Amino acid sequence: MKLTELFGAGKFVVTSEVAPPKGTELTGMLEDAELLRSRVSAINITDQQSSVMRLGSLVAAQQLKSRGIEPVFQVTCRDRNRIALQSDLLSASAAGIENVLCLTGDHVCLGDSLGAKPVFDLDSVSLLAAARALNGGSDMEGNELEGRTDFCLGAVVTPGADPVGPQLIKMGKKVDAGAAFFQTQAIFDAEAFSRFMDQAKAFGVPVMAGIILLKSAGMARFMNQNIAGVHVPQVLIDEMATTAKEDRAAKSVEIAARIVHEVKDICQGVHIMPLGWEKRVPAVLDAAEL
Amino acid sequence: MLVTKRKPIEEIMGFLGEEKAVFLLGCDGCAAASGTGGEAEILELEKELTGRGIDVVGWKVIDFLCQKALVRTGLRPHADAVAEADSILVSTCGIGIQATATVAEMAVHPACDTISLGGIRGEWQGEERCAECGQCFLEFTGGICPLTACAKQLVNGPCGGAKDGRCEVEPDVRRCAWDVIYERLERQGRLDLLRSAPMQVKDHAKMRPPEELRGTRRWAIDIATREEVIR
Repeated sequence: MKLTELFGAGKFVVTSEVAPPKGTELTGMLEDAELLRSRVSAINITDQQSSVMRLGSLVAAQQLKSRGIEPVFQVTCRDRNRIALQSDLLSASAAGIENVLCLTGDHVCLGDSLGAKPVFDLDSVSLLAAARALNGGSDMEGNELEGRTDFCLGAVVTPGADPVGPQLIKMGKKVDAGAAFFQTQAIFDAEAFSRFMDQAKAFGVPVMAGIILLKSAGMARFMNQNIAGVHVPQVLIDEMATTAKEDRAAKSVEIAARIVHEVKDICQGVHIMPLGWEKRVPAVLDAAEL
Repeated sequence: MLVTKRKPIEEIMGFLGEEKAVFLLGCDGCAAASGTGGEAEILELEKELTGRGIDVVGWKVIDFLCQKALVRTGLRPHADAVAEADSILVSTCGIGIQATATVAEMAVHPACDTISLGGIRGEWQGEERCAECGQCFLEFTGGICPLTACAKQLVNGPCGGAKDGRCEVEPDVRRCAWDVIYERLERQGRLDLLRSAPMQVKDHAKMRPPEELRGTRRWAIDIATREEVIR
């Protein structure tokens, strides 16, 4: 099932994500997915996130699909040239995958294989255009395919980037290249997100606000210092800092649900990134009445 | 030595768009040796443009355009003509184009592609400025090369990786190239250039030196044989 069908039906769409293992042991990832399956419309499979070498997102997505869980296959441009990217998209189509999220990808310098060649032959915009070409029955060079793909294509945007102007211009280029929905970097400041949406809604493409569960004040400070486009307001840091350790998980759920509430009427869905707290996602959705 | 190849006049006319008046810049270094940016080539370019209704308000051949200080002093006597121009059209390597875009703070168009020879990178010391990609992107980026300035060599805009405007790869020494591009075009009132730029796709085939140039680092200096080498 394509996410665009849900948006088309006026649904507020909820997705989450799981990460393939570093190794061949899939049990943990599949357990995480089971915790989420009844509460979300689809689950993203990250592609070597933070440039850490792992089991591939294609096979991981296929594993979810075979269990009746709708995957969103994440594809980055860091590790493959245009031949391999298009080939993997054809393979994904053969595996029954319908939703693809196209990203540029982190630089290799953030990961665990520092000497690797950063490929970036295509970027998020030209990857979307290549995938759209596959949907149209040809590769990006215009060569005809025997059998075409039929993907719902998504992309990402960072509403908290400063300045945000370049992000908005690129968002427009992604829409022009075929992006039919957007998932955002984590949102903690609903007012700032609302100002972003005032401009982004002109593109007429559904936007899903990214939600991260804050585990501690320390995690919030770390993200503020190190994660691009993420800003946790001081009031939330204080709120976590003044909460007793045993109550932190409940507070984290409360804050995430509050943010979902605050953004619910200005966007078309939420994408929850649990970062290990998959089992708390249902509580967030309960509290947010989703 | 940087070897350049003139872009077709149709591509250059596309860059000029609605502009009516241009100032031409050449370079007496590598571009003259390449037969793209010496006096004869600049006069030829002037003729081509004039024949298409463009007013060439002035021209200058500077040695060496890759040196920002030389660009500044070379342009100074032509300040009035440059002020009259809608843009500067630069018929040199990517470094000369970027040096001009940095000094002039106005629309600067590339008239050449820089062919990969793996040679030295001009006289702009301390930074890699031109990747010799063979498909100059400087037209769409305010005269800042996205291949050398962006750690991911992104040609359609920024990734989401910059933190406080610093590149995720080398935050201490590198600003986000696309922030710098955005700022320059915003300052010049030319942000529409970014919005309307067609999607760019790198053509790595153009990064291979043409067959006739491989292994002939001195080819362009050898004026006598130049004609038969580049045809």
